[in-house]
Amino acid sequence: MSGILVVLELQTTSGQRAGRISRISWEALAAGQKLAAAQSLNITAAIVGADTESLAAEIAAKGIATIRVDHPLLAQYTPDGFTLALQQLIQSESPTQVVFPHTYQVRDYAPALAARLNQVLISDVVDIAPGPVFTRQLMQGRLNGNYRSTGTGPCLISVQAGAFRAESTESATTPAEIKTFTPTIEAAQIRTIPGEPFRGSSQSVDLGSAQLIVSVGRGIKEAENIPIVQELANALGAELAASRPICDNGWLSMDHQVGSSGQTVSPKLYLAVGISGAIQHLVGMKGSQCIVAINKDPDAPIFEIADYGIVGDLFEVVPALTAAIKAAKQ
Amino acid sequence: MKIVVAIKQVPERDAQVRINPSGKWIEESGLQYALNESDAYALEEALQLKEKHGGEVIVVSAGPERVGQTIREALAKGADRAIHIDCDDLGNRDALGVARLLAAAVKPENPDLVLTGLQSEDLGLGQTGVIVAELLNLPHATLILHVEKTETGLTVKRELEEGWFQTIDLPTPAVLTIQSGGNKLRYATLMGIKRAKTKEVRRVTAAELAVDATPVVILDQILLPHKQKSTQMLPGSPKEAAAALAEKLKFEVRVL
Repeated sequence: MSGILVVLELQTTSGQRAGRISRISWEALAAGQKLAAAQSLNITAAIVGADTESLAAEIAAKGIATIRVDHPLLAQYTPDGFTLALQQLIQSESPTQVVFPHTYQVRDYAPALAARLNQVLISDVVDIAPGPVFTRQLMQGRLNGNYRSTGTGPCLISVQAGAFRAESTESATTPAEIKTFTPTIEAAQIRTIPGEPFRGSSQSVDLGSAQLIVSVGRGIKEAENIPIVQELANALGAELAASRPICDNGWLSMDHQVGSSGQTVSPKLYLAVGISGAIQHLVGMKGSQCIVAINKDPDAPIFEIADYGIVGDLFEVVPALTAAIKAAKQ
Repeated sequence: MKIVVAIKQVPERDAQVRINPSGKWIEESGLQYALNESDAYALEEALQLKEKHGGEVIVVSAGPERVGQTIREALAKGADRAIHIDCDDLGNRDALGVARLLAAAVKPENPDLVLTGLQSEDLGLGQTGVIVAELLNLPHATLILHVEKTETGLTVKRELEEGWFQTIDLPTPAVLTIQSGGNKLRYATLMGIKRAKTKEVRRVTAAELAVDATPVVILDQILLPHKQKSTQMLPGSPKEAAAALAEKLKFEVRVL
């Protein structure tokens, strides 16, 4: 086909959105459209599963030719099933580039799929330039790296959540064609047995609806120091949140965690204390209306997205800020 | 259980990284290195499995001479022996090239389990474990927080997005990539550090492993990221900066 193939994915968790095509999949489609336009190539979407008819119709309604990769053994995601199915599809369609959303599921199988095709997935892409050259972040977001494929086969890329705007996918006047591709899969080829998704500990901290959030990261150094940030949150009337390492260490419970593995928040104010701003954290909070960062490292990636920044020792700045806020509130 | 843990030495988290004159890599001189964090959790999981079920923990790491330091740390924490893939051109190899080195070194060991961290802190590709599984033709699971041995294999707890999880059953031998936070990390004891000095570190060169090093994907250029927003930095002493910020929060952000 020598075109662009975009593999869309279902939302597997998150209650009412479960079973729908995920937002990041539409973003992957937008990235695919950008690639297709730049190289004058056709674009095709693929949806993998066991009962994909209505999902395929939803995609085709946007004017995107769609392939249903449909098989009873694909009803539940397994890395073996998806790798086999997409390997066969890619070999049959010979796309120039294959675009995936960079999700936990894609991270679970796409590297193996690429290796099976003698290719390497360019993962977590944030930008695409002519060439095509793919930009991804290095060193926890401190640097960007420009990558290109030298291979002759299909180039596989996955795109980071929020990096491409999904708004360009409106409805078309006439729906595009839908094809069905039935891969050859045998039950014995699927070696892992997945269980149903379940929620972790009950969420007692609802950060999603918080208007003000004070979030603490590694810079706090020890559990004993958390109270100075709690006092700041109290003075502001804000919820206290944290980056992953704080919860990993058990200094705050897991339901305080903001980021790809925790909660996604978009408060009026997000005040990040001692958080360097690794990608996994930023995806959970970059939609905040106002971001303030306090960090000792002037090169910390959190400053890339902050509206206001203070470079300094949080152990001096935070108590001073707590006092200043109390004074300003009087 | 015979467990191989693939670990990576990465620049220390707080290290000031600069782009080197070639524009294709970071300046390595003067950098401090450490064990990649999720690999530390993979090692911890392996050590705990060994404590529960017996067996052997072997660490494998690819990289230049300096990687020996990180290997010794893993041995001091309790790994039994190590394989150091001596390789000065790691940066020229893509994810498949590096996974080929690791798979070639791991294969003759015939382990029951191969563990590694889910992602490195330097390149952040998050692919090595999955590709190693593919090359060894073993089943795998990623983002694992907990591993339980069963009659027929393993039951593992996998992290999904937004606070969800699932369990996965899989047979052994298998490859797992470990997410951070599943266990509490141990420190090396003095006795451990002493013992590490006598433990076996087998060196094998990349050339001896005779794997294809031709990259399919090339890192062409490293750049500083564009600023996505214009950040207003608030200078001055901590007190002055804090007062200026309180002012902004009151009159511009209007949250006070």
